[in-house]
Amino acid sequence: MPLIEIADLCYRYNQDQDWILKGVDLKVDSGEFVVIVGHNGSGKSTLAKMLNGLLVPDEGEVLVNGKATSREENIWEIRRQIGMVFQNPDNQLVANIVEEDIAFGPENLGLESAVIKKRVEEALEVVGMDKFRRNAPHNLSGGQKQRIAIAGILAMHPKCLVLDEPTAMLDPVGRKDVMTTVQELNQELGMAVVHITHFMTEALLADRIIVMDQGKIVLEGTPQEIFSQVDEIKKYHLDVPQLTELAFRLSQAGLDVSPDIFNVDELVEKLCYLKSKI
Amino acid sequence: MLDEIMIGQYIERDSVVHKSDPRTKILVVMFFITTVFLINTFSGYFILAGFIYLATMMAKINLKRIIKSIKPLTFIILFTLVIHLFMTRGGDVLWQWRFLRIEEEGLRLGLFMALRLIFLITFTSLLTLTTSPLELTDGLERLLNPFKRIGVPAHELAMMMTIALRFIPTLLEEAQKIMNAQKARGADFESGNLIKKAKSLIPLLVPLFINAFRRADDLALAMESRCYRGGENRTRMNVLMLATRDYLIMATSLIYLGLVAILL
Repeated sequence: MPLIEIADLCYRYNQDQDWILKGVDLKVDSGEFVVIVGHNGSGKSTLAKMLNGLLVPDEGEVLVNGKATSREENIWEIRRQIGMVFQNPDNQLVANIVEEDIAFGPENLGLESAVIKKRVEEALEVVGMDKFRRNAPHNLSGGQKQRIAIAGILAMHPKCLVLDEPTAMLDPVGRKDVMTTVQELNQELGMAVVHITHFMTEALLADRIIVMDQGKIVLEGTPQEIFSQVDEIKKYHLDVPQLTELAFRLSQAGLDVSPDIFNVDELVEKLCYLKSKI
Repeated sequence: MLDEIMIGQYIERDSVVHKSDPRTKILVVMFFITTVFLINTFSGYFILAGFIYLATMMAKINLKRIIKSIKPLTFIILFTLVIHLFMTRGGDVLWQWRFLRIEEEGLRLGLFMALRLIFLITFTSLLTLTTSPLELTDGLERLLNPFKRIGVPAHELAMMMTIALRFIPTLLEEAQKIMNAQKARGADFESGNLIKKAKSLIPLLVPLFINAFRRADDLALAMESRCYRGGENRTRMNVLMLATRDYLIMATSLIYLGLVAILL
């Protein structure tokens, strides 16, 4: 059974408004790293809020571990399993001391004091912020705050982490730190990750990329599959990583370069090889 | 200014007073306030001053720091004193100049009131100097817990205080940013009379409030995502525990203050 199963999901904020999501079908397996990309207004953030029942579908259904988010009695278990990190790091921290903030989730679950302490400890270590446990969040950088937000979710022991543009408000250093943390969580702890972003370079890390446009899933596949369709991606107002675009253009110009090259060294090697043949 | 608001005025020390439960400290402050209003002899106040001195020493806080806490309220203290001096009538006339007259009762009451204010300020500031805002919130929540049955929203009040503490620095920072942005576009916050200054704050307050509401919305979503559903079934990481030390502190303060109140 997939961890998250979405079938024919339709949603609009108001009866007299247009549909935001128009028939989305999606499955996320446990341990998978899925990246959802899409232009502003493509419905990707709305989709994220569907995953833990912050929003409930108008039509279709969202199942988490086989349980529907639309049923009131499932909602708290679903929110524990699907942890959610939001865009603005300032607006999701509750307490004015880091460890108290991380304890907030487990406290809501009604765990015992000793268990909470252990979980806070572990979560701090995983995100590499154990030195800052007694700090006040406003003294931390954006990237650090975002890692604290992730730790706060981890302490609830979720099965899946949903990140709704967590790097949009960060500087390059913070962005890199957060992405490294997320990658580690996925690879080392085997946690499923649904990462929503408009930075295409972050999509390269995924097992599977989902491209959304106007409330629908328009493309789906591995990074290789997606990025080799440069023209298609540009149609949805998305950028392609520079390297991929270069490779694509070269291959269009008739050179023997495949467009699914993702790192600099590989491309350099390929180009040197081509040059030596001339 | 920012720093003082952020952490309250908490000074970290390794002392009995710091270690004792926030509830103990809040209760002792409440005993103290009651006693201050029960006493009306100078010898009584002298002994109360001794109590403050002892508590300060035990907390390992510099006496100067305590005295400094009176400063922001000097005006109110002096104002009370002067009003009583000239307005309260009774006893012999001590001094007179045209229509201004000081009588014995006025001097006595004026001094009492000034002393009461000074004691209240110094002792409560001793509480905030030795207790972190977070502990204070926790203590208040636990103290108010029994009153839940009659509709006191103990948990909600404590949560509001926690969130306020968390967001005060964030909002101050934001206000500063907006102000700078407005200044860069030629806004003038400094010149003009009071009304003009107040008016110039409108372009600062409007975006600040709109953003604050947006933040509140975001925070509500984040809290719900973290399974927050009010105080029901919620546990705490740091559980407050009354130790023998706390009972001792409460008992001795109660006896000391009680005796002063009865005898003097």
